[in-house]
Amino acid sequence: MRAFTYERASSIEAAAKAAASNPEAKFIAGGTNLLDLMKLEIETPTHLIDINSLGLDKIEPTSEGGLRIGALVRNTDLAAHERVRRDYGLVSRALLAGASGQLRNKATTAGNLLQRTRCPYFYDTNQPCNKRQPGSGCSAIGGFSRQHAITGTSEACIATHASDMAVAMRALDAVIETVKADGSRRSVPIADFHRLPGDTPEIETVLERGEFISAVVLPPPIGGRQIYRKVRDRASYAFALVSIGAVIQLDGTGRISVGGVAHKPWRIEQADAELPQGARATASILLADAHTTEQNRFKVDLVERTLGAIIAEARG
Amino acid sequence: MHCTINGNRTEMVIDPRTSLLDFLRDHLGLTGTKKGCNQGACGACTVLVDGERINACLAFAVQYQGRSITTVEGLSRGGALHPLQQAFIKHDGFQCGYCTPGQLCSAIAMANEIERGIPSFVTKNLSTETALLDHDELRERMSGNLCRCGAYNGIVEAISETFAKEPA
Ligand SMILES: Cc1cc2nc3c(=O)[nH]c(=O)nc-3n(C[C@H](O)[C@H](O)[C@H](O)COP(=O)(O)OP(=O)(O)OC[C@H]3O[C@@H](n4cnc5c(N)ncnc54)[C@H](O)[C@@H]3O)c2cc1C
Ligand code: SF4
Ligand code: FES
Ligand code: FES
Repeated sequence: MRAFTYERASSIEAAAKAAASNPEAKFIAGGTNLLDLMKLEIETPTHLIDINSLGLDKIEPTSEGGLRIGALVRNTDLAAHERVRRDYGLVSRALLAGASGQLRNKATTAGNLLQRTRCPYFYDTNQPCNKRQPGSGCSAIGGFSRQHAITGTSEACIATHASDMAVAMRALDAVIETVKADGSRRSVPIADFHRLPGDTPEIETVLERGEFISAVVLPPPIGGRQIYRKVRDRASYAFALVSIGAVIQLDGTGRISVGGVAHKPWRIEQADAELPQGARATASILLADAHTTEQNRFKVDLVERTLGAIIAEARG
Repeated sequence: MHCTINGNRTEMVIDPRTSLLDFLRDHLGLTGTKKGCNQGACGACTVLVDGERINACLAFAVQYQGRSITTVEGLSRGGALHPLQQAFIKHDGFQCGYCTPGQLCSAIAMANEIERGIPSFVTKNLSTETALLDHDELRERMSGNLCRCGAYNGIVEAISETFAKEPA
């Protein structure tokens, strides 16, 4: 691992400023993604800013009737929170579908949103990868691509975003609150937060250098049956091949967001409108621009069938 | 800079790159905690921090100043094995034993999570505060600990005998 210096941040503003002034600095939260990538020298920060003592570990009601989740709230605590379980069951289910009990005790809300792809070539420093080394090429295109994205892809990258929690938050239209290096604040809807790969797959979100996530806000609860289905190669402790987070109302209307198919949680509001018409109609709009490989074509059917199972479960 | 390990105040003089796992094993000689994958995928390195289970391989030791860490070496009391350790012996909860320290620490914290009402992916009703340690819950909650020897049957029996209110 590359050598680095270590500091404990004294305030959000100081952390943002320190990170903006040093392009080689990184925040560390739970460390479950960053440390892994640092061992492999895929991430090579020369300075780490530990943000764990900033006290952003609270979940509080907002004046609109929603919930503000501190950036450092651990995945375990978020999933177990009484209001989240009651009003945002989709978030609890999605979190509990991810990683393991040990990892969820460390992993944080902000870190989870910012976790990097699990593309095996991104992890293999001996192989070309545009995300890890811009301009070097994409080994997954034409390589082993069973896990890869089927929509929103580019010639440069077909990686997926691996977070389960983000899929649930996209269905619920969460908003990400940040603090920039100059102290200004902004709120970014999750729909606009993650980027598609385009020509610059190394740029994964709209965050600017040093910009700090302070909280994630869930809008007031929308009720409905909240179902998270994750299809994976083993029953637990594996990333999704395809996952769907759904909120289905009694009249059959609702929203769905899909994981494992794109560089970001995949939701098309027009497809939501088709839900009363069933899985086929909905999936055909969701994946209208699908661009598959021989190896990942099965995900198209898998999305439709998983959606069919969810609709049946919601009716049942 | 200090932390507490198995009840002993321990000085930490380390390079920030040192993982908590390497600190325990290489600096303190506490080799009970095992290094399997070194990337969060096997659970062999599970230790307890203030009673909660984490993967020591994905933790920088410098981040644990002032915290209280328990490893498998700290589970026995006055020379007597922890009841779960005893149950692992009784039920053949291991073959090579490499995953065992992680399984033990993980299961002890898992039982505590159940007591605190923390749900799992297979918990049917999220709105009830109680979760039972039945067979499905146990397997889901322990899925972060792999056993290469496949001693799962014995592991499940040992854990359920020790912690389940009803047998799994
Ligand atoms: C074996 C294994 C299995 C896993 N399985 C799953 C799974 O099935 N589903 C799933 O969703 N996830 C899974 N994960 C991923 C896990 O959820 C993430 O590693 C975790 O959520 C990251 O959170 P963290 O706090 O540890 O982030 P860190 O590693 O601390 O940080 C990640 C990134 O976020 C940045 N960052 C952190 N906080 C902030 C902030 N407040 N503002 C700005 N930037 C910030 C850091 O600089 C870093 O770049 C798995 C991980 C492992 C190791
Ligand atoms: S899919 Fe993206 S992350 Fe994977 S090798 Fe290609 S460029 Fe790299
Ligand atoms: S060694 Fe830490 S999880 Fe495998
Ligand atoms: S007993 Fe050998 S790995 Fe579990």
